[in-house]
Amino acid sequence: MTATGRRRTHEPRKRTGNGSRAAGGPLAKAPTGIPGLDEITHGGLPRGRPTLVCGGAGCGKTLLAMEFLVRGALDYDEPGVFMSFEETAADLVANARSLGFDLQRLSARRRLLLDYVRLERSELTEAGEYDLEGLFIRLGDAIDAIGAKRVVLDTIELLFSGLSDGFVLRAELARLFRWLKAKRVTAIVTAERDGEHLTRHGLEEYVSDCVILLDQRVMEQSATRRLRILKYRGSAHGGNEMPFLIDDHGVSVLPITSLGLAHQASTAHVSTGVAGLDGMFAKKGYFRGNSVLVSGTAGTGKSSLAAHFAKAACRRGERCLYFAFEESASQIARNMRSIGIDLEPWMRRDLLRVHAARPTALGLEAHLVAMHRLIEDYEPRVVVVDPVTNLIAVGSDIEVKAMLARLIDFMKMRQITALFTSLTQGSAAAEATDLGVSSLMDVWMLLGNLEANGERNRAIQVVKARGMAHSNQVREFVMTDRGITLVDVSRRADGSVAIGSARGAQQQQGPAGDPKRSRKRRVE
Amino acid sequence: MKNGARRTWRLRLYVAGQTPKSITALANLKRLCEGHLAGRYRIEVVDLLKWPHLARRDEIVAIPTLVRQLPPPIRKIIGDLSNVERVLIGLDVLPRDDEK
Repeated sequence: MTATGRRRTHEPRKRTGNGSRAAGGPLAKAPTGIPGLDEITHGGLPRGRPTLVCGGAGCGKTLLAMEFLVRGALDYDEPGVFMSFEETAADLVANARSLGFDLQRLSARRRLLLDYVRLERSELTEAGEYDLEGLFIRLGDAIDAIGAKRVVLDTIELLFSGLSDGFVLRAELARLFRWLKAKRVTAIVTAERDGEHLTRHGLEEYVSDCVILLDQRVMEQSATRRLRILKYRGSAHGGNEMPFLIDDHGVSVLPITSLGLAHQASTAHVSTGVAGLDGMFAKKGYFRGNSVLVSGTAGTGKSSLAAHFAKAACRRGERCLYFAFEESASQIARNMRSIGIDLEPWMRRDLLRVHAARPTALGLEAHLVAMHRLIEDYEPRVVVVDPVTNLIAVGSDIEVKAMLARLIDFMKMRQITALFTSLTQGSAAAEATDLGVSSLMDVWMLLGNLEANGERNRAIQVVKARGMAHSNQVREFVMTDRGITLVDVSRRADGSVAIGSARGAQQQQGPAGDPKRSRKRRVE
Repeated sequence: MKNGARRTWRLRLYVAGQTPKSITALANLKRLCEGHLAGRYRIEVVDLLKWPHLARRDEIVAIPTLVRQLPPPIRKIIGDLSNVERVLIGLDVLPRDDEK
């Protein structure tokens, strides 16, 4: 079962020490085990109480509820009963398989009990007064049979289409929710959203502790799923809509909030991969765990710089994960070979993994989840995202930045040094367009072309580098058959930096430059 | 029909303890069987409080539930069986002219 080995990074946050015991504590919570959901609920669903999950058809209610049970059974030693009014047990098993969950095995181990409640009005004749005591006994017996701590009722409103006495049903549902509380099971009750109404039959009246709304809509041709905690009595919760995904690993919620800034700041250095460039950062390069932004217009050498960085990591024996959003792995290898950076040996040794994907192939959140997952699987020390601008193009503004912030925090927690390239348009707007993203970055470098004396020369400057002395110079660099090489700084008598052929002329006249500024002239 | 006259009806009534609805249902059922199926029916009462696992096995939701086990197909009628007309339709034992 693939599920067990997965990222269980977020332990339920215990509040006032009453943590996860006893249904009596007002803030006792049952972790869902669903990545992201426990974060935004600060520990999970109200323990020992029912939670209402509502949403339209196909929004993922059933799978979310199922994962809640599977995670409970696997990770929290809490067996669960899934009472389905909609899908047969065989369908549930098949659907859950697509998320990597083996329900049959869980059932065989008595960690899970599936019960399909079949209610066909055409097969049932009503002749007089009745109640739903049979359902109570049935559920109670299932709970007792495996010692269930969790229960899902999916979608209980279907009782209304199977039975006709709405008055009795309403009274019995109210009784059912009281009964569930008395049983002290943590329950998810799903309901269909109905236009303006939260649920078709007003179930929200009975479930007062926690209400979660799911939604699926199509934006820019790609379907996006959103989750929102509408209500959570007695607990702080994020009221924002959070994107969530359902894929072959199950459900993942992407909180728009950041993980926080609790990560350890490292003082160890990581080489930029270009000897001369290390010199611009107190001679040693970036700090480990830094996020580095390299911006520039097309053809200014961003990917080359990224390749240097990747190769240097591999040479140190560190794993590097390279997200390529423009080129395939072989294209990158070929292009870099032309400037003398041979990446293929590192790919063969699996020290370098290139993950190439078209940004438009997936929605932003899907990309981010995929990136999280690859990072968790491969555990690289160094990550390259080339270019991050393509991701930005997929999403929209605030959301993108927030999610990027989350990715960056995630990598920082793991002390991963990350380099993002950013394609900018035109020189004047360059700094402006990057502003939003650059605030998330520790190091920001600008690549560009300097035009002077009828020449176009490549230049690099460090716009910022947090916590580090760094050069304020605009440095010229050249692309050679050994990659990027920073050119020695050459000053004219007036202190200005000579570049291009002017530098050549200057160098022939002998070294120049202000001795006071020699600190910054660390050039190999 | 001629065949119908000879077949035995096996009926099972699911209840949950001796509740008024259950008692009414059983009384109604007996009266109805005597009236329409005299001599060729058998009633079995299953108390789910004693046999809770049967609720899942026999797919019971509402109480009381009457299940016609024989003759096939299985039919289910819920309620205290006070609506005789509907019970007869549900059980498919509406008196026919040729049976009179």
